Amino acid sequence: MQLPSLAPDDWAAIALTLELAGITTALLLALCTPLAWWLAHTHSRWRGPVGAVVSLPLVLPPTVIGFYLLVAMGPNGFIGHATDALGLARLPFTFPGLVVGSVVYSLPFAVQPLQRAFEAAGRRPLEVAATLGAGPLDRFFTVALPLARPGLITAAILSFAHTVGEFGVVLMIGGNIPGATRVVSVQIYDHVEAMEYAQAHWLAGGMVAFSFVVLMLLHWLQPKGVR
Amino acid sequence: MSGIHARLQLARTDFALDVDLQLPGHGVTALFGPSGCGKTTCLRALAGLERARGRVQVNGAVWQDDDAPGGSARWLPTHQRQLGYVFQEASLFAHMNVQRNMEYGLRRLPAQQRRVSLEQAVDLLGLGALLARMPHTLSGGERQRVAMARALAASPRVLLMDEPLAALDAARKAEVMPYLERLHRTLDIPVLYVSHSLDEVARLAAHLVLLDKGRAVAQGATAALMARPDLPLARGDDAAALVLGQVAAHDAHDHLLTVAFGGGTLQVVSTRAHVPGEPVRLRVPARDVSLARTLAQGSTILNLLPARITHLTPDGPGQTLVALDAGGTTLLARITQRSCQQLALGVGEQVFAQVKGVAVVD
Repeated sequence: MQLPSLAPDDWAAIALTLELAGITTALLLALCTPLAWWLAHTHSRWRGPVGAVVSLPLVLPPTVIGFYLLVAMGPNGFIGHATDALGLARLPFTFPGLVVGSVVYSLPFAVQPLQRAFEAAGRRPLEVAATLGAGPLDRFFTVALPLARPGLITAAILSFAHTVGEFGVVLMIGGNIPGATRVVSVQIYDHVEAMEYAQAHWLAGGMVAFSFVVLMLLHWLQPKGVR
Repeated sequence: MSGIHARLQLARTDFALDVDLQLPGHGVTALFGPSGCGKTTCLRALAGLERARGRVQVNGAVWQDDDAPGGSARWLPTHQRQLGYVFQEASLFAHMNVQRNMEYGLRRLPAQQRRVSLEQAVDLLGLGALLARMPHTLSGGERQRVAMARALAASPRVLLMDEPLAALDAARKAEVMPYLERLHRTLDIPVLYVSHSLDEVARLAAHLVLLDKGRAVAQGATAALMARPDLPLARGDDAAALVLGQVAAHDAHDHLLTVAFGGGTLQVVSTRAHVPGEPVRLRVPARDVSLARTLAQGSTILNLLPARITHLTPDGPGQTLVALDAGGTTLLARITQRSCQQLALGVGEQVFAQVKGVAVVD
């Protein structure tokens, strides 16, 4: 089927968006699983402050997050110092910079479902596994993680969808470079600015359909009162 | 070295555990006491699920020794203490079917250390038809049987059971109990059984530890402790003596079972089939035993036993608790203070115990 209304740069924006969301989701799951585990099981007094910091992106305007990330990634910021010390290119206005921004921006959407899943399973299954001879890592991979599977799936879907829907952070730290940082949401903005409403409709309508499918998926994947 | 030795100390803000237990390395030992007495904490500390100070040794294996000299102090984490633990709630792994639940511990044990096979555990707990089922499709009783089989299949050096029947209703309890008894009779694995039900203790345990406020008040043979007038067990309304005997005869027509023990014979109605020589536990409630100086004639009471008075203890307003020695077995009788005075009963005197109520423990 032909889609005459989507220009090559639209397709490039879609591909870039999916790539960004995919990499971000993978990084978030790797990062947030241990973090959520710690938050679910620790008695440390740092639990409250760390939990609050993780949730900050939920309430802060994306422009605020984007602004501070831009400053941190710049030549005088701590991330900038780190990339300089490692001999890497500076992150602002690059794809890797977008990935870092997306990870921060979507952090609570990965941590919270995982944390709730670990808390819901409780300590008892782990104690049982210990009495049956399973060591700490064994218990984590054979009992804790499989029991947290619904939370893991929710975390992955929410992280992916939330990254796809990102706009403010991208504009602040990524700008609008075709093929490098121009994602779908920015592309829609450009179309509207240029009065290309037809093309904006195609992409915007696609986002509506995508979001709907994601929410239906979440609904179907919720565990249905197994107990 | 055979036997289980556990010296455990643990302090919480509102509770302290301080016990030194010397337990037999075989058979069932019950940890009994009111709720909050530290039974569960004691069991969890033994398993290494709580960090208590002290020393734990199970049939030769030292699991914990905090006071060992010269830096040889040790504390094995739970997964290195070859034990089985059955919790009050079955706590099956919800993401595995019955068979995979049962294999979890078995697979983590080196082949040469396996002493219980999966088939044996399946047979003992009657789980053959349930292997492919998921935990949420099982009844409460079935789940608890799977939990027991899962613990057994890991070939534990000791089986720790924390009120495994407490979360079940009466019907489910009756369903699981026979499996529990069979398990103790068939396998040579020592069992520590936490309970607050005297019925369960009388039925299952040969050895008993009485706990109160985090301390062991008494430890010894179940029958001996149940009948000791100085312990709270003999003071409750349901105080009873435990008589361990063998089937001497069973009259199927009258459903009358004759049980021989050191102090003579007791006759009891039982509708179940019995084999001569089979061991039987009888429960003789203190309130169903009366005393007489002479052998009564023309009475409906079947059971009359000669006995010697060993203790007389006031027991509540107007009541006296009498401990009797019947050929080495202790019986209890709760009589009125008035009768005690009229008969002028004294320690060391011979009397006849008239036993009106007696029940087979099962």
